[in-house]
Amino acid sequence: MKEILESLEARRELARAGGGAARVAAQHKRGKLTARERIELLLDEGSFEEFDMFVQHRATDFDMDKSHVPGDGVVTGWGTVNGRTVFLFAKDFTVFGGSLSETHAQKITKIQDMALKNRAPIIGLFDAGGARIQEGVAALGGYGEVFQRNVLASGVIPQISVIMGPCAGGDVYSPAMTDFIFMVRDTSYMFVTGPDVVKTVTNESVTAEELGGASVHTTKSSIADKAYDNEVEALLQMRRLIDFLPESNTADVPEIPTFDDGERMDMSLDTLIPQSANKPYDMHELIAKLVDEGDFFEIQEAHARNIITGFARIEGRTVGIVANQPLVLAGVLDADASRKAARFVRFCDCFSIPIITLVDVPGFLPGTAQEYGGLIKHGAKLLFAFAEATVPKVTIITRKAFGGAYDVMASKHLRGDVNYAWPTAQIAVMGAKGAVEIIFRADIGDDDKIATRAKDYEERFLSPFVAAERGYIDEVIMPHATRRRVARALAMLRGKMLENPWKKHDNIPL
Amino acid sequence: MFAKILIANRGEIACRIMKTARLMGIRTVAVYSAADRDALHVEMADEAVFIGPAEAAQSYLVADKIIEACRATGAEAVHPGYGFLSERAAFAEALRAAGITFIGPNPRAIEAMGDKIESKKFAHAAGVSTVPGHLGVITSPDEAVEIANGIGYPVMIKASAGGGGKGMRIAYGAGEVKEGFARATSEARSSFGDDRVFIEKFIVNPRHIEIQVLGDKHGNVIYLGERECSIQRRNQKVIEEAPSPLLDAATRRLMGEQAVALARAVNYDSAGTVEFVAGQDKSFYFLEMNTRLQVEHPVTELITGVDLVEQMIRVAAGEKLALRQSDVQIKGWAIESRVYAEDPTRNFLPSTGRLTRYRPPAEGRRDGVTVRNDTGVYEGGEISIYYDPMIAKLVTHAPTRLQAIEAQAQALDEFTLDGIRHNIPFLAALMRHQRWRDGRLSTGFIAEEFPDGFGLAQPEGADAELFAAVAAHIDHVQNLRKRRISGQIRAQRPHVFALKRVVRLGNAQYHVRLEARDDALMVHRDDATTTAVQSSWVPGETLWRGLVGGVGVAVQVRPLMNGCHLGHGGIGVEARVYTQREAELASLMPEKVGRDTSRVLLCPMPGLVKALDVKPGQEVKAGEALCMVEAMKMENVLRAERDCKVTKINVQPGDSLAVDAVIMEFA
Repeated sequence: MKEILESLEARRELARAGGGAARVAAQHKRGKLTARERIELLLDEGSFEEFDMFVQHRATDFDMDKSHVPGDGVVTGWGTVNGRTVFLFAKDFTVFGGSLSETHAQKITKIQDMALKNRAPIIGLFDAGGARIQEGVAALGGYGEVFQRNVLASGVIPQISVIMGPCAGGDVYSPAMTDFIFMVRDTSYMFVTGPDVVKTVTNESVTAEELGGASVHTTKSSIADKAYDNEVEALLQMRRLIDFLPESNTADVPEIPTFDDGERMDMSLDTLIPQSANKPYDMHELIAKLVDEGDFFEIQEAHARNIITGFARIEGRTVGIVANQPLVLAGVLDADASRKAARFVRFCDCFSIPIITLVDVPGFLPGTAQEYGGLIKHGAKLLFAFAEATVPKVTIITRKAFGGAYDVMASKHLRGDVNYAWPTAQIAVMGAKGAVEIIFRADIGDDDKIATRAKDYEERFLSPFVAAERGYIDEVIMPHATRRRVARALAMLRGKMLENPWKKHDNIPL
Repeated sequence: MFAKILIANRGEIACRIMKTARLMGIRTVAVYSAADRDALHVEMADEAVFIGPAEAAQSYLVADKIIEACRATGAEAVHPGYGFLSERAAFAEALRAAGITFIGPNPRAIEAMGDKIESKKFAHAAGVSTVPGHLGVITSPDEAVEIANGIGYPVMIKASAGGGGKGMRIAYGAGEVKEGFARATSEARSSFGDDRVFIEKFIVNPRHIEIQVLGDKHGNVIYLGERECSIQRRNQKVIEEAPSPLLDAATRRLMGEQAVALARAVNYDSAGTVEFVAGQDKSFYFLEMNTRLQVEHPVTELITGVDLVEQMIRVAAGEKLALRQSDVQIKGWAIESRVYAEDPTRNFLPSTGRLTRYRPPAEGRRDGVTVRNDTGVYEGGEISIYYDPMIAKLVTHAPTRLQAIEAQAQALDEFTLDGIRHNIPFLAALMRHQRWRDGRLSTGFIAEEFPDGFGLAQPEGADAELFAAVAAHIDHVQNLRKRRISGQIRAQRPHVFALKRVVRLGNAQYHVRLEARDDALMVHRDDATTTAVQSSWVPGETLWRGLVGGVGVAVQVRPLMNGCHLGHGGIGVEARVYTQREAELASLMPEKVGRDTSRVLLCPMPGLVKALDVKPGQEVKAGEALCMVEAMKMENVLRAERDCKVTKINVQPGDSLAVDAVIMEFA
């Protein structure tokens, strides 16, 4: 009997050894960890339950039957993060370069199915060389099975991808369909076709880093939501992110005891808005002083920085923050900012996370670059996302809310639940000068008259009170009371019930 | 007594004067420039008058605007504070002509003491000790030796037209005088085209000691002890104290009496300061007299219990001094630190911007220790580029010097400031400096002790124990909270955190085992030393206060990714607390090298681009001017660090830049 039990241990040892000591050392030398080491960092100590440790591929072509490693290049299972369930799969680069075979795919789809059935987040750790060429179409079929499950799980459970090595070809589309992608600087890259193919087809010479490194994907392409300096940093931050996320679309947002009083006043917010309307200020300061303990998990912080998105908590419960950033491009809405915020709003709406919108927006960015780039449709995405969202929506206008951008930013007209404005708010069609030159076209040329008209316009329209008179703004609030007002609004909205008309799904302008 | 006074100043001194005025039942009028609309002194005053644009030359320095403001508000007197119009005789004169009282000395006294040569003559005539020297032209080496012998060694031979150390020689004996005279003469000739030199006594390791005097319009003058301000950086006082650790009662009386004699000689009728340079042997020589309230006046107030502003107002109103010299008693010791918006780790470059967080230590008297914080800012206020970047004057008073230093160190540790760079770490490091604690001071202290500037030290020894214990406690509190997140699968048995942990302070690692007791967290290190930590710190607080090994400690805490930055006593470190396994795996992570800044010119401070001296494609030599950035009214010329070629310029004149903005790139 003892021998039988011992043989299990021996088999396990073999599986845990992955691709062997030399390959593990090579992995470490590159600044990368093994799949199992990564899992150790991600999960609570001792909480990992591994499945399919002994799965092996069934390929026979190209002498593949002579080469078997238990686990087949991916480690799968479940565990807990601060006591809450997560499912995960981690590609093992030391085994067949982490390449995807039919059985490898089956291990992943099994975990995907379990995660969906049991309604808990799934995290994929990527570090692999793509499809296992030797298996041909069987591997491609495997990808398809994974993709299909990504789509079915989308909006039901949070799906997170962390790219910790190469991720190319068929491997990129599973992460692309998940909610968030994170990367590790210098050791990870993502592209559909690699530098060699690029060179052959288009004659462009690029390095892997230039083509699909963390910096490209966090700033230019917006594929990745954030990059970290190393794997330990990345995985510990994933634990922090999980603490913000509900388990599924039917679960409540997690709640954590907070030491930050919901009634806390912050007098310094009364001076946040500069004297001059043309002077920027940092919206991050308002976020830090509004949310619990200043703790903010920013999403897409390096891309379209004119809008800020991320998770925080109010009175211990998760909220999503969408905020114009006057510090960058005056907080204008352009195509990138609209897409970035729209995707974030839709994530929050999927998972019942209330949305706090902080508005200081001078309008949409004019110009051929934007119009040719489809600003109308990209802007519409954000409009659509806010309008369809049924989660609690609390909006604070701090300064400018001009033109169509006023409507878009979670206004009362898009079913904003509680819409507040600071006394410094300017809710209008446009700034004074532009408005006066249109309304009083005849006076153009008479500078004195225009100046008087502009002053009149400013006094009448560049305030929150015209909107408040119509009930578009529920209340004009003191900046220092913002946290208290928002906390109370969210508490009141805890029981919010709102349903959109039945539909198969909507047709957001993609 | 006046019913209403105007304070022709801004910032902390305006606020400080208003506090006393309010106590005396006098209404106050503030004046403010465009940059100070939301300033604290405006808020504090009963009335405020706008006096023009931000530039001081067009607002705070315009006498007519101040007088106009007095007329408009009916203010009967003006307190000028320090700086701005405080030492302009013409202003005092103009006020008199307008029938408004100047809360300061009579214009003639200001004039007499404002002139360096005339003030020395007055001093000499009044029997005040002046630096021995010979101001006449010296024609030969032998004459130089004769004069030097008369003065006593060492002596300094200086070019009359000199400056910047050129043509300056120090001589310790007759031989050196001969040689030095020849050298100084020739250097002076080649540098300035003027070979005249003079000789005066050279004071080795000089100290700056000043006497506070107070006079009235009835011929009474007293002195209120001394202040020592030897801790200076480039002639800017950094730390002041009273009394001076150098002086004994006899020297104090001698200096005080000379200062009073000088004040009498000019009919001095307000608060003023007679500055001396002192040798380590307690010899002292007159430098100059400041005919105003001094920045560092609070240390005198704390050791004498006299409110100097109140006295100034009373004597200006014509009252006789109620104090006689014999009433002046010195009690305890007071230390003042000047908290500036400047970055000590970047050669003290000024920093401006919004004070996103401003939480000074609690003021008041407790257990014989007084903490006083004179300030003109508030959380959410702005440190503007237009004026002096002083944020606050933090003053502590205790029975002994060491107690006052300890109180100051503790108060500095508790001072929370964000949004701008500040010199608190440097001040805190000074408070721990042994030579400062020993009172072995000289005006060269900072240059001698910090020859390579200031950098945040890494904790070592007992400091490392303290930082590790605090980091472990912070992590423990956070973990306890994480255990209480909702939605756990085994709510009755929440996830348990390992109590064996690894604290990383920068690159150093400390293995600790935590043991939670009812009253304290025991941090066992390597099973050898144990530190008990008691604190009610909760996540989100930027100041950690508690007991570490039974000793009260304040540590600044700022969150970092997966950790926090801890600051205390001029030491700062990034702290991360890992499980043992996390630490093992973290040690496999490659060290990331910082951004290569050798090929770019970064803006060292927030400022305005005034001029660009180069064009793209231009070759520049090391030391060549690249551009000029204006900050805090200072024009800073940025120069090439090495020979290189400019490839790209990212800014234009008129752009306003943040710290570390890339100005240009090089090949």
